[in-house]
Amino acid sequence: MLKFLKIFLPAGAGAASILSLAYIAADQFIVDIPAPIREAIELNAAQAQEAKEAKAAAAAELAARNEELALAGLAPSIAGGYGLGREALVEEIAAWDDDVRPDGHGLPAGSGDVFTGEEVFIEKCSMCHGDFGEAVGRWPVLAGGFGTLTRQDPVKTIGSYWPYLSTVFDYVNRAMPFGEANSLSPDEVYAITAYLLYVNDLVDDDFTLSNENFNEVRLPNEENFKDDDRLEVEFPQFVRPDICMENCKESVEITMHASVLDVTPEETAAREAAEAAEAAAEAAPEATVEAAAADTGLDPALVAAGEDLFKKCRSCHQIGEGAVDRTGPHLNGVVGRAIGAHDGFNYSGTLADAGAAGGVWDEATLGAFLANPKAAMPGTKMSFAGFKSDEDIAAMIAYLQSAGGQ
Amino acid sequence: MDMKFKGTKPSRRSFLTGALAAGGAVAGASVAQGQATPDPLITEKQPWRQYLGAGVDEAPYGMPSEHEAHVIRRTVPWLTADPISSINFTPLHELDGIITPNGLCFERHHGGVAEIAPEDHRLMINGLVDKPLVFTMEDLKRYPRENHVYFLECAANSGMEWAGAQLNGCQFTHGMIHNVMYTGVPLRLLLEEAGVKTNGKWIMVEGADAAGMNRSIPMEKALDDCLIAFKMNGEALRPEQGYPLRLVVPGWEGNMWVKWIRRIEVGDEPWHAREETSKYTDLLANGVARRFTWEMDAKSVITNPSPQAPITHGKGWTVITGVAWSGRGTIPRVDVTIDGGKNWHQARMSGPSLNKSMHRFYYEFEWDGKPLLLQSRAHDNTGYVQPTKNELRAIRGENSIYHNNSIQTWYVNENGEAENVEIS
Repeated sequence: MLKFLKIFLPAGAGAASILSLAYIAADQFIVDIPAPIREAIELNAAQAQEAKEAKAAAAAELAARNEELALAGLAPSIAGGYGLGREALVEEIAAWDDDVRPDGHGLPAGSGDVFTGEEVFIEKCSMCHGDFGEAVGRWPVLAGGFGTLTRQDPVKTIGSYWPYLSTVFDYVNRAMPFGEANSLSPDEVYAITAYLLYVNDLVDDDFTLSNENFNEVRLPNEENFKDDDRLEVEFPQFVRPDICMENCKESVEITMHASVLDVTPEETAAREAAEAAEAAAEAAPEATVEAAAADTGLDPALVAAGEDLFKKCRSCHQIGEGAVDRTGPHLNGVVGRAIGAHDGFNYSGTLADAGAAGGVWDEATLGAFLANPKAAMPGTKMSFAGFKSDEDIAAMIAYLQSAGGQ
Repeated sequence: MDMKFKGTKPSRRSFLTGALAAGGAVAGASVAQGQATPDPLITEKQPWRQYLGAGVDEAPYGMPSEHEAHVIRRTVPWLTADPISSINFTPLHELDGIITPNGLCFERHHGGVAEIAPEDHRLMINGLVDKPLVFTMEDLKRYPRENHVYFLECAANSGMEWAGAQLNGCQFTHGMIHNVMYTGVPLRLLLEEAGVKTNGKWIMVEGADAAGMNRSIPMEKALDDCLIAFKMNGEALRPEQGYPLRLVVPGWEGNMWVKWIRRIEVGDEPWHAREETSKYTDLLANGVARRFTWEMDAKSVITNPSPQAPITHGKGWTVITGVAWSGRGTIPRVDVTIDGGKNWHQARMSGPSLNKSMHRFYYEFEWDGKPLLLQSRAHDNTGYVQPTKNELRAIRGENSIYHNNSIQTWYVNENGEAENVEIS
């Protein structure tokens, strides 16, 4: 029995219950308990008491806090939670947990070089951001802008403004391409990120970015961010208990008029358009998708399915009343229209050529284009990968006919 | 103050409405008008007095009167590249009280409105927790709920006005805000359920939309007053406000109130997501940018009269009204000036004064028909007083975009027409 105790002694402050049992057992054989054992037992008793007190204190604290919460009408906490929800599975967390932090936390294994990045970028990103990140229209500029942060209209790009490269990776992976988010492979995201470093003159054209060297890359503007200091800088000036109420200034002059710029949307025009649309809707109350479909002999179910699929297209295309050209041309009357011939839109060469050669968007040409845009019209700027099933293609053509007219 | 008015003219309709209200007398005065001929609206039988109206259930979900069809959100098309990732504005000049009706709450999406069936929605908590969890909507509705009225203001509200007066209408200058009552579960309860590890100092919140919106929030705020909300003004969130589930971050910039929230990750450091580095950081004149500027400073604006809501009744008794709010608490006081800041008058506050909620103020006066320069300035319960635009520019320059909480000026001419101006 003593031997048994000796074995447990090195464990020092082991489980109090075992030691207590041992003490009772040992007591039958020996009169005096050796000092180290007694100390260990006392230590354990003290620790148990401490734990008990801590638990009671936590419970009291929670009770006091809940009382406070209740007084404020707020919901009470329960020690250990309400027992609702279920444990997330490893696979589920892996499916959603793809965020990346500046310290590299969350980066997937993979790599991509500048050349691959250029190819992917031109195919999937350039229709909005331009071939070199210079941007089309009002889409974000991604490159350049160095030295512009202190002047009027600064150009805030990845190179000139963004503090961390991880933000590029995280954002491209989660939100790009616009209209087909979260569709890029890790290698593609590394490649695009490498290309964006390249167009910002931050790496050479032979650069390869990977999870291995990611943390070695620093963006030039990292140091020019500081945490919110309004409380220190602005509060002392703007907490003004004795602010002037009477005769606060001698004279007042108007220094600027909004009407000089005249950029306010015309409310009257907007209202008249809305009223006209309302009147038209009242005049033709049956003009629903189904009714329109019936008039044109289209299958309403097919049209509805096509309308649903059109979500994939609407980041670039508009259709229906008031549709205008966006990144892609508007699609009113596209079925039966000459290919690449809608005035005012800058088509890629292949489409313009096809139109010049007498090509028309009919079921056959549209079907082939929608199935695989890049194969049907090599060089097209449309970044869509294509519909996989014939039903989807039929539904889309039916919707284009229904919503855009024939 | 001799100037030519070139702003948005009041519409024909608002003049007609004004004329009818004044009993046909456009040039009003401070005393009741004499009436030369009987008002046919009184002397003749009106159809609505004789014939039956629509029965119940005509509109199972009720809509505003057709005479209110102009009270809508509006966008400024040139602001953004595309309407899918864009913004529209709450028509503040058409509203009163403190609550924004659900259909008029401004919209800001980064990847369009996600369409999610509530039974398909999941909320995950992972990262530095004892037990990573998944909740269904049904699970969440078994937690104790709280009701709170909070304003949600986009950090870019009034952002177009930094370099000078630009837009004629408080809808456009100040309409990236709404104020509704939320019902939801305190985020604290969900984090306690998962058990935050001692090194869990931050959370990252993420949306289920095509932008996968993500932001970092310090743990202290997450455990303080954040809500996981599923109702606004008593009914389910509108799709454009994050149906079926959104985050509520009281007093802090709207971008953090992630809609369609699907995941909360606990971490030891902030994420520096795109929306807290490239956007929603405030560039100062010296090229240094402030980051994590979460709190919304005290702010106010006169909503009537304003460029979209001119004075149509002529001189005499006139109601000036507007809204005020602060991300740091309540608004015990608003001052109003009608002479461009020479003299100020304490406005009358009306309606509940709730923490981090919009407040309504009024100032009634007898207009002498002479041009006005209207301003309001809010005082919050910390003692902070809303600054002028030039005071803010002196500290921040003109490139900040975000957090412009400066005093707004409306010039009202002799005809009652109002314009957005800046003054000395």
